[in-house]
Amino acid sequence: MFMIFGIPGPLLFGQLLLGLINGAFYALLSLGLAVIFGLLNIVNFAHGALFMMGAFCAWMLLEYLGIGYWWSLLLAPIIIGAFGILLEKTLISRLYKLDHLYGLLLTFGLAMVIEGLFRNQYGSSGLPYRIPPSLQGATDLGFMFMPNYRGWVVVAAAIVCFTTWALIERTRLGALLRAATENAPLVQSFGVNVPRMVTLTYGAGVGLAAFAGVLAAPIYSVNPNMGSNFIIVVFAVVVIGGMGSILGSIVTGFGLGVVEGLTKVFYPQASSTVIFVVMAIVLLIRPAGLFGRI
Amino acid sequence: MTPTGPSDRSMPRRAVLGGMAAVPVLAQAARAQGRPIKIGVLTDMSGPYRDFGGRTSEVCAKLAAGEFAGKGFAVEVIAADHQNKPDVGAGIARQWFDRDGVDVIVDNPNSGVALAVSAVAREKNKIFLACGPATTDLTGPQCTPNTLHWSYDTYMLARSTGGATVKMGGDSWYFLTADYAFGQQLQKDTSAFVVGSGGKVLGASPYPFPGTTDFSSFLLSAQASRAKVLGLANAGTDTINSIKQAAEFGLTKTMQIAALLMVINDVHAIGQETAQGLIMTESFYWDLNERTRAWTRRVVALSPTNWPNMCHAGVYSSCLHYLKTVAQMGAAEAQASGAATVARMKSMPTEDDCFGAGSIRADGRTLFPAYLFEVKKPSESKSEWDLYKLQATTPADEAWRPLAQGGCPLIKA
Repeated sequence: MFMIFGIPGPLLFGQLLLGLINGAFYALLSLGLAVIFGLLNIVNFAHGALFMMGAFCAWMLLEYLGIGYWWSLLLAPIIIGAFGILLEKTLISRLYKLDHLYGLLLTFGLAMVIEGLFRNQYGSSGLPYRIPPSLQGATDLGFMFMPNYRGWVVVAAAIVCFTTWALIERTRLGALLRAATENAPLVQSFGVNVPRMVTLTYGAGVGLAAFAGVLAAPIYSVNPNMGSNFIIVVFAVVVIGGMGSILGSIVTGFGLGVVEGLTKVFYPQASSTVIFVVMAIVLLIRPAGLFGRI
Repeated sequence: MTPTGPSDRSMPRRAVLGGMAAVPVLAQAARAQGRPIKIGVLTDMSGPYRDFGGRTSEVCAKLAAGEFAGKGFAVEVIAADHQNKPDVGAGIARQWFDRDGVDVIVDNPNSGVALAVSAVAREKNKIFLACGPATTDLTGPQCTPNTLHWSYDTYMLARSTGGATVKMGGDSWYFLTADYAFGQQLQKDTSAFVVGSGGKVLGASPYPFPGTTDFSSFLLSAQASRAKVLGLANAGTDTINSIKQAAEFGLTKTMQIAALLMVINDVHAIGQETAQGLIMTESFYWDLNERTRAWTRRVVALSPTNWPNMCHAGVYSSCLHYLKTVAQMGAAEAQASGAATVARMKSMPTEDDCFGAGSIRADGRTLFPAYLFEVKKPSESKSEWDLYKLQATTPADEAWRPLAQGGCPLIKA
């Protein structure tokens, strides 16, 4: 067996792959945050709670209606996205003219209320959600035993990330969205309904979180705290990538997943802090983030 | 008041001031006559140990309190969330003892928080009934005359689950360890058993607690170590996630998993499909005998979605034993000195529906039998919570760390 830095080669490759899988979740979640921040200027602290709701939605669809994983993957983002639109219409839209801090406080409060309600109803041990039959089992890659489901997570996340990026950076709709963030009255004068576009964008960002939630349900137990475990790391990812940068959040999400994975091999105790160390260094050298523009 | 120049005219004023200062003290003394016995359930209400302790612990404390209605003293039960933070736990304990008139704190899953609370209870001469924490330090180097350790500890788990695993041929181990007082202690105690019976420890991944949800990297390291046994020195949702992910990565085929601290709520959450065949140790199971079944029916009526485990049973049992002692000593005397009340508790045998007859050792350790269970196959279960098969019983006099090995300062004295 060959060694790299005193670690057996197969183990290192395995860890790199696992890093990519975790990175896929970071990328999906930070993408939703970046879309919302970039276009609405709202720091959406409720993102973790909405991710958790996505997972619970999948669990409820299965438990109460017998709807399986694949339909949930489509339905949960729509249902939770609609809930997001309701939040935006009733609460968040009132804050656009105020300082960022108000949006942060509101969404943080919402997250605590939502998580608390779920905790009271479902406890904290979590509920089991089975991997769909077609993705059960694992493939022996030679250097590691790769669960098929985790492979699917990376592929699905990569496709969704790329599609979102293309939609915003390469289509007319995306151009309008970006224009609206620069100068909303001007875009409105061309006959575009900007408030509705903003509402739908928030819904789409929430839908992305819910999609990630459904993807996560079979891996982690469906648990009211699952969002808060992720959200702080995901915010660090957004900051490192550059607030509001779509491409930045995707690349940084995957990249930091790998950095974290490697830390788990070399010095497990630091695995929860390494991302923040990276964040501090990046902010010192490039205050706008890796992909951000000042 | 300064002693310089006290004129005659100032004397009445001083007397009035002194009198005013004495009023609250007198009032407090008057109140203390009929002050209710107050039990504070300090537990995890929102984190990974919420189902391990949490609301169900509060329910169990109230059940015990309910049995002492009309016995000449009032009993009140309050509860709070320590958030798994030692500073928060110690802060609540201080406030409860100093301001809210709490006489005894029970439960407290999380060894880190428990050690902090135990120190506060000693400082204030109150009582701490530790049912949730695992660390043997509570009856070892950090034992106090104010703390009793109920339900279980790391030594008993290591001896029962660890010992049985080595006996079945699992002689090389890799640990997945929650990196704080509890996980480190559990790993240390189990390693001692493994090495003592001729086995080897090949490595460990101490991971940050709380906040780790993905264990796949550590599982891969464990697999690469080629150890026969994966020892899980963690608890609650961490154990649940570790086992689910171990199954996902095929570790269950190549390694044997020893979940060193797992309770019925964890098995229920993992699902029998994945958990079947795992072995674990508890000092209580609802289906042990007629008394445990009858008691469990009372708990489940109030906590239908979370059935009681050994921690919950300990909360009931310890509160019951405490209240029996209070009834014997009289409420005012029991409230006067925590250490004296604890000494009286140690001198009386324990007796309740959950653990049957038991006793408390001089270092504060309660002695009950430890049961080794195996998780049933789905086909063997008759109901949702019918999850365990009893494999072995370690009698109370062998299950716990011998008194002389603990290093408890109370014993040397």
